[in-house]
Amino acid sequence: MPQGEYLGMTLTVLDLDNENLEYFQHCAEHDFHLQQCANDDCGLIRYPPGTACPWCSGREFNWVPVDARGTVHSYGEVHHAIQPAFRERAPYMILLVELDTQSGAPTEHEALRVVGNLVDADGTFAGPDLVKQVGIGSRMRIVFADVAEGLSLPHWTLDEDAEQPDSPWRYPQEVNGV
Amino acid sequence: MTTDIDATAGKYLRDKYAIIGVGETTYTRGSGKTTRALGTWAVKNAMDDAGIPASEIDGMMSYSGNDSTASTMLAGDLGIRLNFYMDVQGGGSSSEALIGLAIGAIEAGMCETVVVFRSMNGYSQVRIGGTGARASMPVGGDALHGAAYGWFSAGQNFSPTFMRHMYDYGTTPEQVAMVKVIHSEHAANNPKAYYKQRVTVEDVVNSRMICKPLHLLDCCVETDNATALIVTSVDKAYDYANTPARILGVAGRVCKPRIDMHFQHGPISTVAGYYIKDLIYRNAGLGPEDIQCTGAYDAFTFTSMLQLEDYGFCEKGEGGDYVSSGIMRLGGARPNNTSGGHLCEGYTHGMNMIIENVRQLRGEVDDYCPTDANGSKQHTFNYAEPSQGGGCRQVPDVEITQNLGWAMPGTGSSLIMRKG
Repeated sequence: MPQGEYLGMTLTVLDLDNENLEYFQHCAEHDFHLQQCANDDCGLIRYPPGTACPWCSGREFNWVPVDARGTVHSYGEVHHAIQPAFRERAPYMILLVELDTQSGAPTEHEALRVVGNLVDADGTFAGPDLVKQVGIGSRMRIVFADVAEGLSLPHWTLDEDAEQPDSPWRYPQEVNGV
Repeated sequence: MTTDIDATAGKYLRDKYAIIGVGETTYTRGSGKTTRALGTWAVKNAMDDAGIPASEIDGMMSYSGNDSTASTMLAGDLGIRLNFYMDVQGGGSSSEALIGLAIGAIEAGMCETVVVFRSMNGYSQVRIGGTGARASMPVGGDALHGAAYGWFSAGQNFSPTFMRHMYDYGTTPEQVAMVKVIHSEHAANNPKAYYKQRVTVEDVVNSRMICKPLHLLDCCVETDNATALIVTSVDKAYDYANTPARILGVAGRVCKPRIDMHFQHGPISTVAGYYIKDLIYRNAGLGPEDIQCTGAYDAFTFTSMLQLEDYGFCEKGEGGDYVSSGIMRLGGARPNNTSGGHLCEGYTHGMNMIIENVRQLRGEVDDYCPTDANGSKQHTFNYAEPSQGGGCRQVPDVEITQNLGWAMPGTGSSLIMRKG
C-alpha cells in the first residue's frame, strides 16, 4: 500500500484500488500512462483512472504511455488556502491542462484535462513570479513530485520547448502583485 | 401498448402536490444547540406554520454530509409516527430532489404527508467552507486527483468553471459582483438575515481574494441553522392554514456527462442547468419567460449567474449582463433570492430559497412591513432599506417561482411552484 507524507498530508493508495495503484506506479516511474479502452471499436483513452470506458462501457483496458504535454484550459488561483498543508504555498495555482493527445475527441468539447499544481522545472511549488506568467493558453509539460515508493503526483511546469502565447489569459485583477 | 406511455413524464404529477408549511430556526453563528435540537425547532415551526398536528405527518426525509441528525430522532422527539423515512447523503441540490422523492413516496402509497428537513451547524461544527478538522484529513484513493492538489473546498473545485466563463464570454468581476450587491439589498429587508449590511460592487471586488476568481464577498456565509418544509397531496393541502404552494415540476440531481470529473466533457463553462431545462420546463408545461421570481442557488455569486444563463433566462454567455442589469433586484422584472440567499441570509444548502418562494407565493413574505389585525402582512412594495422607509421584499402578484438548486457545476436540481 503506497503511503507517504506530502506537504504535511498523508497520501495513501489502498491495496484494492487497482486502477489508482497502477496510475501512480507509472507516475512514480516518471512515465505518464493512462488507460486505453481495449474494445477495438473504441480505443479511447481516459482520465482520471476508472473502472470502465465512459464512451462504450467496456471494462477491459490497457495502460498506454501518453505524451503529457498540453495547454492550460482553465485554472484556479488560491490566495487563501484551506488545507493547512497549502497555507505557506499560497498563492498557488490549480491547473486544468488539456492534453494534445485526444484533444477534441471523441466530440468537439471533450478532452483529457489533467489536474496539477504549477511547479517549476524541479517540481517545486511555483512562486509568485512564475504564477504571474501562467494562464489559459500557456503550454505546459508534466513533471512529477515523488511522495513514496509507487506514488508520485503529476504536476505541470511551463514547457520550455514550446511556443508560448504572448500573454496567456489571466484573471484581470492582481492581488499582491499576482 | 406500453410503448405509448412516456415513462419519463413527471407531467402526470404536475400540480398534484404542494408545500403546505415551512419553518426555520434563526440563522446564527454559534447556535449552542445540537443539530437534533435545531432540527426539532425547524420542523415544529413548519408544523405550526401549516397548522398540522404530529398525527397527520407520517413521512420524514433529510440530507446531510455526516454533519446532522436523523429523522428517527426528530420524529421521536415530536411524537410523529413514521410510515416512511429516508436520510440521504448530500448537500446543495438535495432539497428539490427530496421534494420530488417525497411526491414519489406519497404517490406510491408509502405515506401521506412528508416533512423534509436540513439541520446543520455549518459554522460552529462542520464548516461548510471546508476549514477545520476536515482540512487536515488524510488523502487517499480518488481524492488523490483533487485534495492532494489543494483542490478541496467548493470554491477551489468550482474555480476552473468560473474562470473559463470569464475567458469564454468576457464576463467581468464587476458584473458578477452585482449578484452579491442585489442579494445584500434583499437581505437588508429581511429581519432573519445573518448579514443585513448592503454592499457595493467596490466592496466585493476590493474584499480579500480567496481563490481567483472568488473574493471573500463572492462567497456565501457559513451559519448554524435548520430548515424544514412539508409536502402533501393537493387533495389534503387545502385542509391547512396556508395557501398551498403547488408543485408544477421538479428535477433532482441532474448531471452533466462524466460526473466523476466533469471537466473532461466541456464546455466547462456550461453547468447542469443546460440539461435540467429540457426536463423541468417540459414537465411543468411552461418556460423561463413564465417565471416571475427565481431562487438561483448562490453558494457563490457565479453560481447564480451560471445557472440563470443555462436555464435560458438569457442567452448563453450573457449571464454577466443579466445579473448586472437590475432584473434580479426587488422591483425588477424577475427578482432572485429575495431573502438574501446563501450570500447573506444564511447557508442551508438550498432550503431557505425554497422557503422564501413558498412565502412569496402566499404573499406573506416575512419582511419589515406591518401586519394587520388578522395577522396578514400589509406590504408596501417599497424596497428601500427599512431606515429609508422601505423594508418590503414581497414581489407583487407573483404566481410562479422557480428554484435552481446547485451541488456543483456538473449537478443541479430545480423546483417550479405556483400559487395555489
